Amino acid sequence: MNEFILPNAWLIPFLPFLGFALIALFFHRWPKISAAISILTIAASFVISVMIATAVFAEEGGAVFEYSVRWLDMSGLQVDMGLLLDPLSALMLIVVTSIAALVQIYSLGYMKDDPGFASYFAYQSLFAASMLGLVIADNFGQMFVFWELVGICSYFLIGFWFGLDSAKNAAIKAFVTNRVGDFGFLLGILFLQIIFGTLKFSGLTEAVPQYTNMALLIPVAILLFMGPMGKSAQFPLHVWLPDAMEGPTPVSALIHAATMVAAGVYLVARAFFIFSSVPEAMMVIAVVGGFTAIFAATIALVQNDIKRILAYSTLSQLGYMMMAMGVGAMTAGMFHLTTHAFFKSLLFLGAGSVIHAMHGEQDIWKMGNLQKKMPVTTWTFIIGALALAGIPPLSGFWSKDEILLGAYASGHYGLYILGAFVAFLTAFYMFRLIFVAFFGSSREGEHAHESPGVMTVPLVILAAAAVSVGFINSPLLHHIFGEFINSPAGIQPHPSNMIMISSSLIALAGIVLAWLIYQKEAVGHLALRNRFKGVYTLLLNKYYIDEIYAKLGEIFVYGGARAMYWFDIHVVNGLVDLVALVTGKSGDTLKYTENGQVQNYAMYMVAGALILVVLATMAAVSVIA
Amino acid sequence: MIGLPHYILLGAVLFSIGVFGVLTRRNAVAVLMSIELMLNAVNINFVAANKFIAVDAVVGQMFSVFVIVVAACEIAVGLALIISINRQRKSVDLNDFNLLKW
Repeated sequence: MNEFILPNAWLIPFLPFLGFALIALFFHRWPKISAAISILTIAASFVISVMIATAVFAEEGGAVFEYSVRWLDMSGLQVDMGLLLDPLSALMLIVVTSIAALVQIYSLGYMKDDPGFASYFAYQSLFAASMLGLVIADNFGQMFVFWELVGICSYFLIGFWFGLDSAKNAAIKAFVTNRVGDFGFLLGILFLQIIFGTLKFSGLTEAVPQYTNMALLIPVAILLFMGPMGKSAQFPLHVWLPDAMEGPTPVSALIHAATMVAAGVYLVARAFFIFSSVPEAMMVIAVVGGFTAIFAATIALVQNDIKRILAYSTLSQLGYMMMAMGVGAMTAGMFHLTTHAFFKSLLFLGAGSVIHAMHGEQDIWKMGNLQKKMPVTTWTFIIGALALAGIPPLSGFWSKDEILLGAYASGHYGLYILGAFVAFLTAFYMFRLIFVAFFGSSREGEHAHESPGVMTVPLVILAAAAVSVGFINSPLLHHIFGEFINSPAGIQPHPSNMIMISSSLIALAGIVLAWLIYQKEAVGHLALRNRFKGVYTLLLNKYYIDEIYAKLGEIFVYGGARAMYWFDIHVVNGLVDLVALVTGKSGDTLKYTENGQVQNYAMYMVAGALILVVLATMAAVSVIA
Repeated sequence: MIGLPHYILLGAVLFSIGVFGVLTRRNAVAVLMSIELMLNAVNINFVAANKFIAVDAVVGQMFSVFVIVVAACEIAVGLALIISINRQRKSVDLNDFNLLKW
C-alpha cells in the first residue's frame, strides 16, 4: 500500500482544491451540496493523511519520501515542484486535516442561515488545499506559493462579512502586515537560490551547515525568519491577529489559531537546519518569541472580548513555540504546536458556541452563568482552558513543560523564568474568562441555549484530543513523538521533576488567583482596576502599538508622500515651467529684432556675410602660416 | 600700368558704396539704384577677371550681359512694386513699410 499511497500524496491538497473548484464553478447556488462537497473532500484528505502517517511512522525514526518533477528549466535556474513526506509533514497533515474537517462540520451549525454559506465553504476548501500544499512542499519556492495562498484565504475569510467596516479593515490590515514579513521571506529565499543554487530542503540540508560565510548567512536567516514573524504574528508584526477575529469564529479556530498561524513555526522547524547553524538567528528567534509570549499574555489579562482574549492567548502561545525553536528545542516547539492546535481550536469553537447562543455578543461581562444553560460547551471549554493553562495530565502540560525544560536545559534561564511567568498569566486570564463568562453573576446569559449537535460533537472530539494528545510525548509513552520529530541540531533534554512540579504549581496558582478575584471576589477586580489605573489603561489599549503604527504611518508614509508631492510641485514641475519660461522670455526679448524694417534685415545679412568672410580669412591665414 | 588689383579694388569700392546705400537710404528708389551699383561692381569683376585670367574665353563678358538683363528685369519689377506701394500708402519711405513685425 505504501508504494501506492506515497506518490499519490498530492491528492491531499488536490481534493480540497477540487472541492473548491466544484463549489465555485457549479454548486454555489446550492449551499447544502457545497457544504457536503467541502466536508467530503477534506474528510477524504484526512483519510489519505492517516494512511500516509501510518506509512511514515511505521519505520524506525520515520520514513522520508520525496518525489519531485522539474517545473521550470532554464540555464542557471531549475525549479522543482514536489512532495516531501517525512514525520514533520505527516504530523502537520494529520493536525490540519483533522481540525479542518471538524471545523467545517461545526460550521454547518455556526454558519447556518448565513447568506454566504456556499462561498464560506468554498474558501474553507481553498484554505485547506493551500495549507496542505504548504505542508507537503519540498522546496522553499513551492512553499512560498502556498504560503501566499493561505494568506489570501485568510484575507478572504477575515473579511468574510465585508459589509462591516471593521471586518474589511481587519482583512486589509492582516494582508498588509503579512506583506511586510513576506517581503523579507522572499528576499531570504532569493538569497538561498543565489548562494546555494537550489531551494530544495534536501539539497539545502547538506549545503547550509557546510557554508562558512557567516556574514552572509546571518542576514539570510534573519530575512527568512521575517516570514514566520508575519504569519505567526510575532512582535512587532503581531497587530493583525487580534483584528483577524472579525472573521467568523470557526475561521479563527482553524486559520488564526490552529493551522495558518502555526505555519510560521512549521517553517522554522522545516528550515531548522538553517537557523540552527546561525546562533545569532536562534537568539533573535528565542528573544522575539519570548517577548511576544509575555507581551501578548499581559494584554490578554484585561481584554473583555472573548475572542480577543483567545487571540492574545494564541499570540502568546505562538511566542512560546518560537521561543522553543530559538533555544533549540525543536521537538518541544512542534509538540506544543500540535497540542495547541487541538486545545486552542477547541477554545475558539467553544467561544463560537457561546457567541452563537448569545446572538453575537462577545463581551464576557455580558455573559455570566452560562454553565447551567450550556453544559457541553462549558465543560469542553474548561477542558481546553485547563490544557492551555498546563494542568497535568492534559496535553498543554506536557508540551509547555518541554518548552520550559528546553529553555532551562539550554541555559536560557531568563527565558525560562519569563516562560514560567507567562504560564502563570495564561492560567490567570483563561480562568478569569471562565469565571466571568460561565460562572459570573450577570443574568444576561439566561436566555442562552445549548448549541446543536453539529457544533457540540466537534467540541467533544476536540476536548478528547486536548486531553489525550499530550501523552504522545510524555514519559509514559517513552517520548515517542521526539523519536520521529527531531533535528540533529536540536535538543531533547531529559525530563526534570522539579520543572514539572513547579510549572503545575504555577498554573494552579494562576487559577486560584483568578478564582479569588473573579469568583470569590476576595479582592474586587474593580478595586484592582482603579488601584493600577495606569497599567490597566496601557494594557487595555494594547500598549498603544496600533496607535504608534498609525503615527509612524502618518509620519513616514504621509510624510514621504508629502515630500514627494513637494518635490513634484517644486522641482519636477518647476523644471518644466523653467523651460517654458526661458523659451517665452527669450522670444519676448528677441522679437524686437523683427521690426519689419527691410533694411534692418539686410544689415543682419551683411553682418553675417562679413563674419563669414573674416572667419574664412582667418582660417586661410592659419593654413598658410 | 593698370592691373587686375585696380579693377578688383574699384569693384569692391563700388560694391561697398552699393551696400551702404541699400542699408542707409530711406527712399525705395534710391535703394534700387544702390542695388544697381552692387550689380555693376560684380560686372566689373567678371569682365576684369575675363581680361586678365582667362583671355581667350568670353565667359566673363557673357555673364555680365546676363547680369545686365537680370538687372533690367529687376528694375522693372522693383519700380512696379514701388509705384504700387506708393499708390497704397502715399510714400516711398522704407521706414513706413513695417507691417511685417511682431
